[in-house]
Amino acid sequence: MTTRIAERHAGSQIGTLLAETGLGADRDLWQRRLEQVTAEDVEAALQSKPGSYSIDRLLALVSPAAEDYVEQMAQQSQRLTIQRFGRTIRLYAPLYLSNYCVNSCQYCGFNRDSKFDRVRLTIEQALAEADVIASEGFSDILLVSSEDRESMTMEYFTELAARLRGKFSFIAAEVYQMTSDEYATLFAAGIEGVTLYQETYNRDTYSRYHTGGPKSDYDMRLRGPDDMARAGMREIGLGVLLGLANWRLEALALAEHAHYLIRRYWQSHVSFSFPRLRPAPQVDTVKFKHLLSDRELVQMILALRLCFADAGLVLSTREPAGLRDHLVRLGITKLSAGSRTNPGGYSGRGKATEQFRVDDSRTPAQVASMLRKQGLEPIWKDWDRGFSQP
Amino acid sequence: MDKLVIADREFDSRLLVGTGKFASSEIMAAAVEESGAEIVTVALRRVDIGNPQDDMLGAIDRDKYLLLPNTSGARDAEEAIRLSKLARAATGINWVKLEVTPDPYYLLPDPVETLKAAEVLVADGFVVLPYINADPVLAKKLEDAGTATVMPLGSPIGSNQGLKTRSALQIIIETSNVPVVVDAGLGLPSHASEALELGADAVLVNTAIATAADPVKMASAFRCAVEAGRKAYEAGPRAGTTKANASSPLTGFLRNQ
Repeated sequence: MTTRIAERHAGSQIGTLLAETGLGADRDLWQRRLEQVTAEDVEAALQSKPGSYSIDRLLALVSPAAEDYVEQMAQQSQRLTIQRFGRTIRLYAPLYLSNYCVNSCQYCGFNRDSKFDRVRLTIEQALAEADVIASEGFSDILLVSSEDRESMTMEYFTELAARLRGKFSFIAAEVYQMTSDEYATLFAAGIEGVTLYQETYNRDTYSRYHTGGPKSDYDMRLRGPDDMARAGMREIGLGVLLGLANWRLEALALAEHAHYLIRRYWQSHVSFSFPRLRPAPQVDTVKFKHLLSDRELVQMILALRLCFADAGLVLSTREPAGLRDHLVRLGITKLSAGSRTNPGGYSGRGKATEQFRVDDSRTPAQVASMLRKQGLEPIWKDWDRGFSQP
Repeated sequence: MDKLVIADREFDSRLLVGTGKFASSEIMAAAVEESGAEIVTVALRRVDIGNPQDDMLGAIDRDKYLLLPNTSGARDAEEAIRLSKLARAATGINWVKLEVTPDPYYLLPDPVETLKAAEVLVADGFVVLPYINADPVLAKKLEDAGTATVMPLGSPIGSNQGLKTRSALQIIIETSNVPVVVDAGLGLPSHASEALELGADAVLVNTAIATAADPVKMASAFRCAVEAGRKAYEAGPRAGTTKANASSPLTGFLRNQ
């Protein structure tokens, strides 16, 4: 089976590519291909160039047939990760700024129809939160906000970034989707990475869960990472919300997206996050049919590492401590720690509703100590604002 | 063994080491010690260069080692220059390992921006050690620009593939008037030996030591390999041939005359 999709579509947009390959909507073809993968195909994939991507290779590694090869995949993933990243794990902390939202994502506790006391932080309040984060040792901070353009304005972000620059060597954002010009403004202000989850690459599923607000436009969402890269962002974070659709097909589409971005914007570094749908105060997880087991999550992480040797693989505190402790040895390169997912949560002022339940509630120091016990160096600083700021 | 001389400074060791990818600062410090290296490079992105309390910097005794800051991660000349100046202002160190690596995957050096940055930094009084692809013409241009060394790669950084650029390295070694330090891609002590045997003045090793099961022992192995390679070079190795040449098939008839 030779598909050579990337070659055929080298000139087209990601949306076209996903539509034409069927990874965006009509996915029966890929479901069949997954089921047809044999043990021999998996073994061939394991023996071919470790760390390099082809859709056929990933197809084999995320297939049901590869479930019997998870241990071998883990060993290869560990070897590759140590070679490319060393025995190190980067640490970062999210700073939640606002949970006001105009979108109605059906899986999110912050969706516009949820009734709870919403909070948005003033710049001063956000800085107080950042002080706590910095005092815990962090130098890498992720600004998080729901779609609240009214108060989370460009002026807000640029002023906040300017005042955070002295304390943090790397500032990234996971906020509502912006235009390329707006991303360029963020970049100039010192926000050098952006994460934007497609949530799901299945167009129908996407429509079902995003029923209102600007985020309901699937095609617009898909163009976001192009806009970040054009704005010069150094780090581009991709991901799907695991649990919305068949994870094996999501992994294939996600990888096609990453491969497309890497070839087209060769100066931006792509990373993958693995948010699994978790219980949230306003959300009942029972209605989701595609929730991942630990074993499936691990298979997905390993498969992506075996295809993208140099991609950052990020794991948040959504995941339980025990699982995180294992995954740091299997390919994960970046962890959050001590996270508060409610605006105001660090300085203790806010009793605001959290976006999701934090499952690893250890302090950053405890996470760092866990890493050291496993022979891994916790890395707090892996960038320098001197690169771009005088 | 001859001494290595870079920018009028003498060194006994011809092994330079990097400080990334180690499991802890303690293991890094022990490996550096065992390597016998006198020049230790550290990524400015990783350390808080102005802060003596920094974990990694604290583990390197600056009286014993020449700390060589590198600009790894810089996407263009402007970023590399800015970072170099900040580092010098914070530490007084005017040596810099110039790395301009715009692609975040293979971290291959940008020849155009590297040359541009080197010209500016040399004019500003820096001792510049540029990381380059094994490009003999670029090496000469950098030498003309006044860099203290050239540091061509053996193969892509972190790849452990050894001297894939061997034939270009040979030209650089043959034509260079500044020390040639083979940087990047050396995965085994034998690769380091090979570089020194070819006539490289020194090598820089990081990943192969840091990611070994026993980094301290691997550091020692590289130290031995570099010494052996240099001794072999000084001893004047004879070129190898594929056949023994005891007989004289073309002129043997003359013996009977």
